[in-house]
Amino acid sequence: MILQQIFDGLTLGIVYALIAVGYSLVFGVLRLVNFAHGATYAFGAHIAMVVIVSANFGLFWGFIASVIVTGLMTMLMDRIALRPLRIKKSKGISALITTIGCSYIIQNTLMIVFGSRSKWFPKIFDYGNFNVGGILVKSTQVGIIAVSVALLLALTYVVHKTKIGLAMRAVQQNSKAASLMGIDVNKVVSFTFFLGGASAAVAGTLISGYYQIVNPQMGFVAGLKAFSAAVLGGIGILHGAVFGGLVVGLAESLAAYYIGGGYRDAVAFIILIAVLIFRPNGLFGKKVIEKV
Amino acid sequence: MDTKTQAILDVKNLSIHFGGLKAVDDVSFHVNRGEIISIIGPNGAGKTTVFNMLTGVYKPTFGQIFFNGEEIHGLTPQQIVKAGMARTFQNIRLFGDMRVIQNVLLGMHTNTHYNFIDLIFRTKKFRTIEKEKQQKAVDILKFLGLERYVHDYPTNLPYGDQRKVEIARAIATNAKLILLDEPAAGMNPEESEELLAFIRSLASQGFTILLIEHDMNLVMNISDRIYVIDHGRKIAEGLPQEIATNKDVIVAYLGEEEMDEEEVENA
Amino acid sequence: MKIQNPLNLLNTKPKKVTALVIAVALLLILPKTGLLSPYLVRILTMISLYSMLALSLNLLTGFTGLVSIGHAGFCAVGGYTSALMWQYTGLPWVVTAIAGMIVAGIVGLMLGAPTSRLSGSYLTIATLGFGEIVKMIALNWQSFTGGPLGVNHIERPVFFGITLTTFNSGFFYLSVVLTALVTLVVYRIVHSKMGRAFMSIRDDSLAATLMGVDVTAYKLKSFIISAAIAGLGGAFYVHFVRFLDPNTFNFDISIIIISIVILGGTGSIPGSFLGAVLLISFPEILRFASEYRFIIYGLILVLMMRFKPEGILGGHSNRKLRLMKGVDTYGY
Repeated sequence: MILQQIFDGLTLGIVYALIAVGYSLVFGVLRLVNFAHGATYAFGAHIAMVVIVSANFGLFWGFIASVIVTGLMTMLMDRIALRPLRIKKSKGISALITTIGCSYIIQNTLMIVFGSRSKWFPKIFDYGNFNVGGILVKSTQVGIIAVSVALLLALTYVVHKTKIGLAMRAVQQNSKAASLMGIDVNKVVSFTFFLGGASAAVAGTLISGYYQIVNPQMGFVAGLKAFSAAVLGGIGILHGAVFGGLVVGLAESLAAYYIGGGYRDAVAFIILIAVLIFRPNGLFGKKVIEKV
Repeated sequence: MDTKTQAILDVKNLSIHFGGLKAVDDVSFHVNRGEIISIIGPNGAGKTTVFNMLTGVYKPTFGQIFFNGEEIHGLTPQQIVKAGMARTFQNIRLFGDMRVIQNVLLGMHTNTHYNFIDLIFRTKKFRTIEKEKQQKAVDILKFLGLERYVHDYPTNLPYGDQRKVEIARAIATNAKLILLDEPAAGMNPEESEELLAFIRSLASQGFTILLIEHDMNLVMNISDRIYVIDHGRKIAEGLPQEIATNKDVIVAYLGEEEMDEEEVENA
Repeated sequence: MKIQNPLNLLNTKPKKVTALVIAVALLLILPKTGLLSPYLVRILTMISLYSMLALSLNLLTGFTGLVSIGHAGFCAVGGYTSALMWQYTGLPWVVTAIAGMIVAGIVGLMLGAPTSRLSGSYLTIATLGFGEIVKMIALNWQSFTGGPLGVNHIERPVFFGITLTTFNSGFFYLSVVLTALVTLVVYRIVHSKMGRAFMSIRDDSLAATLMGVDVTAYKLKSFIISAAIAGLGGAFYVHFVRFLDPNTFNFDISIIIISIVILGGTGSIPGSFLGAVLLISFPEILRFASEYRFIIYGLILVLMMRFKPEGILGGHSNRKLRLMKGVDTYGY
């Protein structure tokens, strides 16, 4: 039975990892916790629902549309709301509060457009169940893991092997120096937001297809869990986010089984607060010395 | 008199290592009551790091710091302020959204003694102490010629006056030893000339001054003694005229042109 | 020598006191004139309550610089303490409300102590996690809190044999008294050694440390006081609406409170009142907009950060700082 919990937990965890990577990417480049990331994830799920359920295109087009629309939406959010703050050199907390505001705007717009009740979403990758060594493996889970792993590998490739990825890492190290070297920092930031939005959209679609439910408020708790994952691994560090996602998914699944379903969501918050207290830079993060 | 009993600050073999980097290595110096002592050295020599150890921001890896004869190792910054040592900052660090008088009053924080009940009920104790401190704050500002700024926000003040408000805040702590971190940085020659005269007047009022400076010429006229550090090590000490002709010092300063401005302090 | 500005005449103390007395008298008589419907009295009560909550958050966020988006969690702690204490012991509201304040203050300490080292965004997210944990405990500790069903038919406060209701305007008067007391407390804290320590932490915590402020201790004090006031607000609210469940003080409430503080002005006491008046009355005045109220709260946060991050009444004041009587400022 425990193996079953572990497998289910890892399935969830890999999706959390996908969301967590979005936090990490944006944080890496801007030192900003993008609070709207959870709402972005819900937004992506709704776009997929419109394309798959309402317009009756298949899952593939659902993914594509969701990725593009959500990615553009996050780019737009950065362009309209956040870039002016960078130009003004506002305090860091201003940007955070702005993303809280954006999160509210997105979530409540979804509520007005789609209603606040939960809506049906078709099961994805549904080819039945298998029994592997006593563990019930759903084809949906296999599909989710495959898509997530592929996307995480693709993101890693983009960040580490491409020109734009190099630019992202340069901005992460020192945005002033990067801009002096001719890197268009705004373009890099836009691209980063696109990647974050796109990965959240895929994650939203996957989770909706897993639970077969879409809800405008789904992003709140998922966003917090993924944020916990990102912080656990050391925010700004990609492999840290993946590791954190898996741990949070696993912990959640085991807690639901051993303590009770009611505390399912609490686990991530407890991990979050514990990490913030004992190791604020995360498992893979480095310590920073304050300047005087 | 014996220098040992006169020394308000006595630093022995002070060292701090950040990883493998010896930011400050085996530096010893002392400051006597009423003196103006300068620590000079090229950028990145470790001067601010020394201040950070004196004021309790960093814990030294080795070495001892005696203040008024007591070892201050392990004391918190608050306890060090209370003991009578206060500082200013290289990049002015005033409280920008508090009034000038509130900045000075904040300096008196550790010696303003009323409790929560007193302030909520505005007891006689609160009113007496608060009035006394406010008057004292105004008077310190007046002493520095800043009384016209009582109600202003420090960010609206000219640069030189902001530095003076920082000094006022340090004086308000009741400090006997005042550490000035590159007080003339960012000033034009006239302003820094005026500031140096002001520092001299502080010393004549009974304050002891330890200042660090990057520009050697600036401190030649006002220092009683000068210590020179480079790459975290003390390379010379003595009277200003001795320092001016010291070979090692000249090499350190000439060599600086070729070096990158690495800020070891901020590592 | 000096030419008196006619407006300055209003600043003389007796006039100010008279104006204040008239304002208070009007406020107290108003519900009795029959000009106000119970509906309006209710809205005024809510404005008063949210002013109190905003002042509490302003102390933490506006004056100490610690941005909390889990403030409703403290209201929940105060509300649950008061409601459950009433349920289990039947003690009068005054007692249960004070207990609510104390427990909320202790919880504030419990949240503040481990998170005091955190800065900026990290702390903010931790407060959010805190709010959610409170909600989850309320939901899952069914035998004690009533779980999802909550606490029902909570007794109204009784003073001198009179039960407070919306109809006899009792709740309105109580809220005005509480808000006045909270305002006085916050004002006095701000204009003292403690308030200066808070502001110094907000402006530059390292410089504050090096000037002798025990930053951790003062962050905790700010947390405790702010949480206790929020707890009082919660204890008031649950006896006002007579019902409490885990969703009563959800994230939306935290967002409303922070929106009020940010719109009105961080670090401004009148700002918290202005913010509450604007944000609590607008969904009622603009009925057509009430569906969009949370979008509007979101927009307010975004627009304020973009154009006036210090809020309408926040930021640097042109007026002289009020000093103690008899302090000689040499004419300045």
